Amino acid sequence: MIAIENVSKSYGTRFGPRMVLDRVNLTLGRGRNIGILGRNGAGKSTLIRLLSGAERPTSGRIRREMSVSWPLAFTGAFQVNLTGLDNLKFICRVYGVDWKPLVPFVEEFTELGLYLREPVMHYSAGMMMRLAFALSMAIEFDCFLIDEGLAVGDARFGDRCHVELFQKRKDRAFILVSHDPNTVKAYCERACVLHEGRLHQFNTVDAAYEFYQAAAVPAPTVVFD
Amino acid sequence: MRTGAVPGRSTSFLKSLGIQWRVIRALLMREVITRFGRHNVGVLWLVGEPMLFTLGVAALWSAAGMSHGSGLPIIAFAITGYSSVLMWRNSVSRVNSSIQQNFNLLYHRNVQVIDVFLTRIILELAGATGSFIVLALFFTAGGWIRPPEDLLTVVQAWLMLAWFGTALSLTIGAATAYSEIVERLWHPTSYLLFPLSGAAFMVEWLPPGGRELVLLLPMVHGVEMLREGYFGSSVRTHYDVGYMAMCCLGLTLVGLFLVRDAGRRAEVH
Repeated sequence: MIAIENVSKSYGTRFGPRMVLDRVNLTLGRGRNIGILGRNGAGKSTLIRLLSGAERPTSGRIRREMSVSWPLAFTGAFQVNLTGLDNLKFICRVYGVDWKPLVPFVEEFTELGLYLREPVMHYSAGMMMRLAFALSMAIEFDCFLIDEGLAVGDARFGDRCHVELFQKRKDRAFILVSHDPNTVKAYCERACVLHEGRLHQFNTVDAAYEFYQAAAVPAPTVVFD
Repeated sequence: MRTGAVPGRSTSFLKSLGIQWRVIRALLMREVITRFGRHNVGVLWLVGEPMLFTLGVAALWSAAGMSHGSGLPIIAFAITGYSSVLMWRNSVSRVNSSIQQNFNLLYHRNVQVIDVFLTRIILELAGATGSFIVLALFFTAGGWIRPPEDLLTVVQAWLMLAWFGTALSLTIGAATAYSEIVERLWHPTSYLLFPLSGAAFMVEWLPPGGRELVLLLPMVHGVEMLREGYFGSSVRTHYDVGYMAMCCLGLTLVGLFLVRDAGRRAEVH
């Protein structure tokens, strides 16, 4: 289980502290999943950073009773001077997993060929994404954090990710954050909406969708009076 | 307490220690390949770079006659002096701002700010130590300098300098996470501390008032001790291991506290 208990997060700005998350509560059981909808700047990525442990809440706490992944297909932690294979080895060392048996899977999944042994800085965005997703699948977690990671790449890659994540690992929990209600509708059994720092919970995805459309879309402002 | 990688529950102290060592090892390899690459001599630059610095300084000091007519062998004087500066100066400089540079690694729950710091400190200390040993062996084998009189004291002094370097790096490195002013101030401070650190003089050469002042700096005790071990009875040294240990202990506690707090405050920039 993961429990977010009364978590607030504020960041210092030049105009004083700005509250991004305001007393957020959420519980997710083993094997369950939830989609979190929010507009740009609603605090989705902040929530992901707190969940992954990269940042700490300003107040409140997060209890993790299952292992939580780093954000799925996150490319930011790549060291670009290192090869794709070096990055695999690094991740495996950090998580205490033997890297050798994973090489065939990574080779097959990424279709990088010779480039797996080239520095990541020579990769295209698509190659980087394939490597990042493969590394995310290399370490097994109870719960995956997905930060709109599935929106990138071509259709074929999307299908393969889908198989790896939602079919082969359908027993796992995941938290998916997105601004796109269709993604949430397609993958999640439950949804909530981040709006102005508060997390609104709903029993059905449709109810969340309605609220998101109605409340989270800013009312049209009158430009000319 | 750290959380284990895959089981995701609170873990025992020993297990945490195991995870920490594993993470630091992974970071060490990553850092070595990143910094030195696989081209030409690669990781040997870790030792080569400080060696070149020390050799340059030794050459300059020989030319300038820095032993002030004390009859000390200038090469040994320069190697012991400059190598001990490397022990505290380089590691602090490497650790500064390393939280911002490595923030993305913190997405991996096992990687903590202290691991990033310790990795860089270990590498710098290893480089400086390697350079000191290689130079001392080289010049001794060539007959230019004599081997140390008391190896045990040399080792003890070196360990004290390593402790000081580590504690200072933790403190200043974490402090740079609060304000970049710390880093801006560190550059002039380290520059000014170099001539005061005992690297280029013996405390004995100073007037009594000057001795007292300069002995307030913990690293001076380390250098004096190192030279006591190296030159033995041919020099008069002034140092107090107890004082240096107290300073290091205090700095270590402050450093660990600041690192923990800086880790909690780490944010994307």
